[in-house]
Amino acid sequence: MHLSLLLLILGLLATVGFVLGRHRALGLVDKAAQLRSLPGYYGAYVLLWCALPSLLVLCLWLALDSGFVDRLLMSDLPAAVQQLPEEELALYIRDVKNLATGNVVSGQAGRELQLGADRYQGLLRTNLVSRSLVVLGLAVLGLFLGWRSIDLRLKAMNRVEAAAKWILMAGSTLAVFTTLGIILSLIFEAGRFFRLVPMGEFLFGLRWSPQLALRADQVGSSGSFGAVPLFAGTLLITVIAMLVAVPVGLLSAIYLAEYAGPRFRTFAKPLLEILAGVPTVVYGFFAALTVAPTLRRFGEGLGLEVASESALAAGAVMGIMIIPYVSSLSDDVISAVPRGLREASLGMGATQAETIRRVVFPAALPGIVGGILLAVSRAIGETMIVVMAAGLAANLTANPLEAVTTVTVQIVTLLVGDQEFDSAKTLAAFALGLMLFLVTLVLNVVALVVVRKYREQYE
Amino acid sequence: MSQSTEAAALSSLSVPFRPGGVADGSASLAMSEDIARATQPQIENSVLEARDFCLWYGEKQALKNISMEVPEKQITAFIGPSGCGKSTLLRSINRLNDLVPSVRVDGDILFEGESVFGAEVDTNLLRKRVGMVFQKSNPFPKSIYENVAYGCRIQGISHRTELDEIVERSLRSSALWDEVKDRLDDVATGLSGGQQQRLCIARAIAVEPEVILFDEPCSALDPIATAKIEELMKELRHQYTQVIVTHNMQQASRISDFTAFLYLGELIEYGPTKSVFINPIRQQTEDYITGRFG
Ligand SMILES: Nc1ncnc2c1ncn2[C@@H]1O[C@H](COP(=O)(O)OP(=O)(O)O)[C@@H](O)[C@H]1O
Ligand SMILES: [Mg+2]
Repeated sequence: MHLSLLLLILGLLATVGFVLGRHRALGLVDKAAQLRSLPGYYGAYVLLWCALPSLLVLCLWLALDSGFVDRLLMSDLPAAVQQLPEEELALYIRDVKNLATGNVVSGQAGRELQLGADRYQGLLRTNLVSRSLVVLGLAVLGLFLGWRSIDLRLKAMNRVEAAAKWILMAGSTLAVFTTLGIILSLIFEAGRFFRLVPMGEFLFGLRWSPQLALRADQVGSSGSFGAVPLFAGTLLITVIAMLVAVPVGLLSAIYLAEYAGPRFRTFAKPLLEILAGVPTVVYGFFAALTVAPTLRRFGEGLGLEVASESALAAGAVMGIMIIPYVSSLSDDVISAVPRGLREASLGMGATQAETIRRVVFPAALPGIVGGILLAVSRAIGETMIVVMAAGLAANLTANPLEAVTTVTVQIVTLLVGDQEFDSAKTLAAFALGLMLFLVTLVLNVVALVVVRKYREQYE
Repeated sequence: MSQSTEAAALSSLSVPFRPGGVADGSASLAMSEDIARATQPQIENSVLEARDFCLWYGEKQALKNISMEVPEKQITAFIGPSGCGKSTLLRSINRLNDLVPSVRVDGDILFEGESVFGAEVDTNLLRKRVGMVFQKSNPFPKSIYENVAYGCRIQGISHRTELDEIVERSLRSSALWDEVKDRLDDVATGLSGGQQQRLCIARAIAVEPEVILFDEPCSALDPIATAKIEELMKELRHQYTQVIVTHNMQQASRISDFTAFLYLGELIEYGPTKSVFINPIRQQTEDYITGRFG
């Protein structure tokens, strides 16, 4: 039975369970009000009994069956084949499977192979049939048990709510485990990279040219994986971005929080926040097609050499993008400074500007710093703008008019196109990703701690 | 603003200086005399004077025709149930209500004979001369020293020795010096509630104002801290004109020389504290201080 058909039947059974459960509960009493729980809860109770165990088993089955079938197939192969070295055996099994599913086979389809394919088809069929039988059997059994256990003492509502709690918890656990899985795979793959390239060379090497040979005997084939130019490029662009975003963001935050009237505020604040919602690819071509050529022309006018893909263009546009990260959070933080502090200062005869400079701003500073750190971590991880506007050349330079490249850009170029999955070139992406992850993680944690501390101060 | 000092018994004739006020309009003569007697004690040297002062928050009138004088170097208490306009009246004196966008006023408040609402009035200067201590203690998140020095700093005093002197003097007169003299550089928010409030008083007197306004300064404090603040106010009595808003009638009767009872934005009764508490003229006052409402 096909999976979708199976699921459909399960759904039908569950619906039937709901109706039956409700019906049985209503049949126990004269009036619905005599039941402990609303009738729908009895229906849901039976539904859960019917659907949950069978779905769980189905999931397990789906996760495990292919390995199990492979094992069975393998044990049925002729002894001579089983003796083959690992790679040839894998090829053989692939051939068997291809033959069974009607795909092209490498080489001649011999009798042995044909036998294996038949066996494989048989196994697959058995697998499908037993899967359907087990799952549907469980569903019917659950339905029956659930239906039978309905009586006047059953606290259906509490049971259903408890089940709902578990389902919700499973959802959040899934999210957490996915994140953990990503981190673990990053660490694991980065570890493989560091077996090929020493960590010291990666962290401190000054030359980045990850081009590997296509053939082993090619000359000049060893790539070099010194990531310092990437770190420096990332740093340069981030600094430029912050030089744009922090002053503009802070000034607008102060204006919005302290001076702007409520009407201006209500339309200016969302408008600023739209900046953060513009797709980064739009910023990217704005940087590449508008800002960079303008800068170049401007620089030429001043007699400066400006690369057509300069760090300045990418950084400046990125800075514009993260203005709202700075301004919005700072605005919130400044507005959260207790009114009492302002009144105290104004009540002493300080002007509004003095009050902002001497009281409000220092009081809000920790929160503002937290917001800036979050913005920095956003800038470091930003990819699209730099891919489009910062260039690929791994120059080690502090000159904002030259082209630089960043960690994110290199990850993209390492993974775009065809690649072997275990070459140093591909694995380098994981090492870079790990670095990126660690840096932004630290920044985020520090920022959150700072902001939390600040919140506590004004509880 | 000194008024006739005749010690004559209060008669309707002893309040000749109020041309308008609550008594105008259709109120009966007997009523207006009653109000006049109830709201106009003899004040020797008045520092502050409200004349038919009205205030609106948007459409809502919070103060209605308040006319009263506040004596120099005495403690004047404003009492009344919550929401009757005590804070509003207090904050009108140093124009802190200007911060509320919808506020509109009518009538006048005079400080040493000059309107605080005049076009040429420098509110910053006014607030330097009329200090304020708030209900919720609000020390700046700076060091104790910098809190006290704040007012001087914004006046451009930055000489360390001069500041040291002012800080010590202010902390001494707010009875806080002994408790904090060894930790002047600690953050002020680490002090206890009562200490914070006394620090706010020190901060206010550091700039040597002429008037100090207290808006329920003890409402968040325990009885011991409250007693300390009251003690302090009594000690400062002969240096500053003090106006205190309080919820607590015992407090008003303990420390104040004059008491004004406000109700629903109107000044119901104003007079020497003793006579207001022992022998109130108007029924509403009596009901309030005997705890029948409010
Ligand atoms: N900022 C404001 N905006 C609008 N109405 C206010 C504001 N402040 C106070 N009010 C109103 O004015 C009245 C007097 O308030 P307030 O002076 O704070 O009373 P009190 O200090 O005697 O408790 C109250 O009814 C209050 O709701
Ligand atoms: Mg109040």
